[in-house]
Amino acid sequence: MSAPGVEVSELVVRFGDFTAVDRVSFTVERGEVFGFLGANGAGKTTTIRVLCGLLLPTSGSARVAGLDFSDGGKAIKSKVGYMSQKFTLYPDLTAGENLAFAAGLRKLDPGLARERTRELLDFIGFTPALTVLVRDLPGGFKQELALAAAMMHAPEVVFLDEPTSGVAPAGRVRFWELIYKLAGAGKTVLVTTHYMDEAERCGRVALMRAGKLIALDSPAALKREAFPKPGAAPSLEDVFVKLVEGADR
Amino acid sequence: MSVGVETSGLRKRLKANEALSGVTLSFEPGVLNGVIGPDGAGKTTLLRVLIGLLAPTEGTVAYSVDGRPAGFDAIRPGMAYMPQQPSLYPDLSVREHLEFFADLYRLPAAVYRERSEELLRVTRLERFQDRRAGRLSGGMYKKLGLMCALLQSPSLMLLDEPTNGVDPISRREFWELLGRVTARKVTVIISTAYMEEADRCARVHLLEAGKVLASGAPAELKRERGIKGFAELFLRLGGAA
Ligand SMILES: Nc1ncnc2c1ncn2[C@@H]1O[C@H](COP(=O)(O)OP(=O)(O)OP(=O)(O)O)[C@@H](O)[C@H]1O
Ligand SMILES: [Mg+2]
Repeated sequence: MSAPGVEVSELVVRFGDFTAVDRVSFTVERGEVFGFLGANGAGKTTTIRVLCGLLLPTSGSARVAGLDFSDGGKAIKSKVGYMSQKFTLYPDLTAGENLAFAAGLRKLDPGLARERTRELLDFIGFTPALTVLVRDLPGGFKQELALAAAMMHAPEVVFLDEPTSGVAPAGRVRFWELIYKLAGAGKTVLVTTHYMDEAERCGRVALMRAGKLIALDSPAALKREAFPKPGAAPSLEDVFVKLVEGADR
Repeated sequence: MSVGVETSGLRKRLKANEALSGVTLSFEPGVLNGVIGPDGAGKTTLLRVLIGLLAPTEGTVAYSVDGRPAGFDAIRPGMAYMPQQPSLYPDLSVREHLEFFADLYRLPAAVYRERSEELLRVTRLERFQDRRAGRLSGGMYKKLGLMCALLQSPSLMLLDEPTNGVDPISRREFWELLGRVTARKVTVIISTAYMEEADRCARVHLLEAGKVLASGAPAELKRERGIKGFAELFLRLGGAA
């Protein structure tokens, strides 16, 4: 029961002769809010796609919610929720229709789906009417609905790939309250972001560069390690720039 | 030549919602003009009206060149626009995109070379020139869209949330690049939901629920309102997503 939420060991993903993920290892504890940072193209989404059972790794191993990939990722798929970087809602369907569609993909029976919908909307505190077209929802609410859609099947581990991209401050604050609430409810949350103020809110953050994991620690410890001089008060963005640029040029 | 844009009482009704509810704004020629606001504030609708893609329900847009009134047709050839989700060709490589757009804009070879090299360096896509657009990461794809827009020599450039999904290092470099673009007297109108990016603009226009909250130089606006950053302002207004 107390297996970690995510365990990755020596994970490698190659596309032809290009190595997108290069011997990455890390562990995410249950109930942890784990941040996944890195420059564009560092390999964050590729790693997540493997952990969601959508892409087979070239080598290495991974366990999610205690399960491995020996069945091709089938069992894992039922334990993970995935909010993709590319938008996954249908703008011409209503909020309710989008949730029903997500439930259908997961083959939930309609009664259970209705119950889950009620529970989730309550948990999220979603206020717009379910009859509103997704197109007409303000962005912050779209993100909340996308999260609900990703959680219809009550997954144990949730992968959020840039969930707040383009969302304004108030919406981001609300979304992060939700992330904490999920973790509080025992879900394991792995979240990618390019907003350093959000990274600051993670228990631990992993930093990827060109396919490799180059740092992993709490935001405070990362700052101390990157800028050991007493009195230095670096921002996480300073740390990001230093670590990503450092070895590169 | 420097292009100015002024709107007066713009309203735009989209289905049930009013996306713009009386927007009167003046975009200053030859500088970075920011349109800042939460999602759903009407930023995209405003930009689409400015480029003539949407007709306003009410109100007008007036353009000028070097201070003299000019018609939309006179401005149009010098206008560049990057939508929030750039549409690129999944099967064309990064370099093929650059070549395609350079042809389209009829860039002289020397200008093409210089500009594409600068753009590839800033976006850090030099090593990925042969990768097809469909295989780029989210942020790399966004950067390619930006490169295609920045390749030309427009006099008016409209960019709709160009930095969403772009990593912190590239965002910084992108703003520096935009600074070099405005040094060529290009008028840039750029929307963003990154509030701290407002400080990079010469003038900002704060938009909320289809209305203009305030316009001015960022430092002055902050002083007037007694705030350190614009995020504070929008958080204080609360409510909206
Ligand atoms: N199917 C594919 N074929 C070839 N290369 C690919 C493929 N999918 C991804 N890549 C490459 O793998 C690298 C990592 O991409 P990935 O999407 O994981 O980056 P990311 O860290 O999520 O970046 P971003 O912050 O921009 O979202 C990139 O160089 C990308 O072009
Ligand atoms: Mg990604």
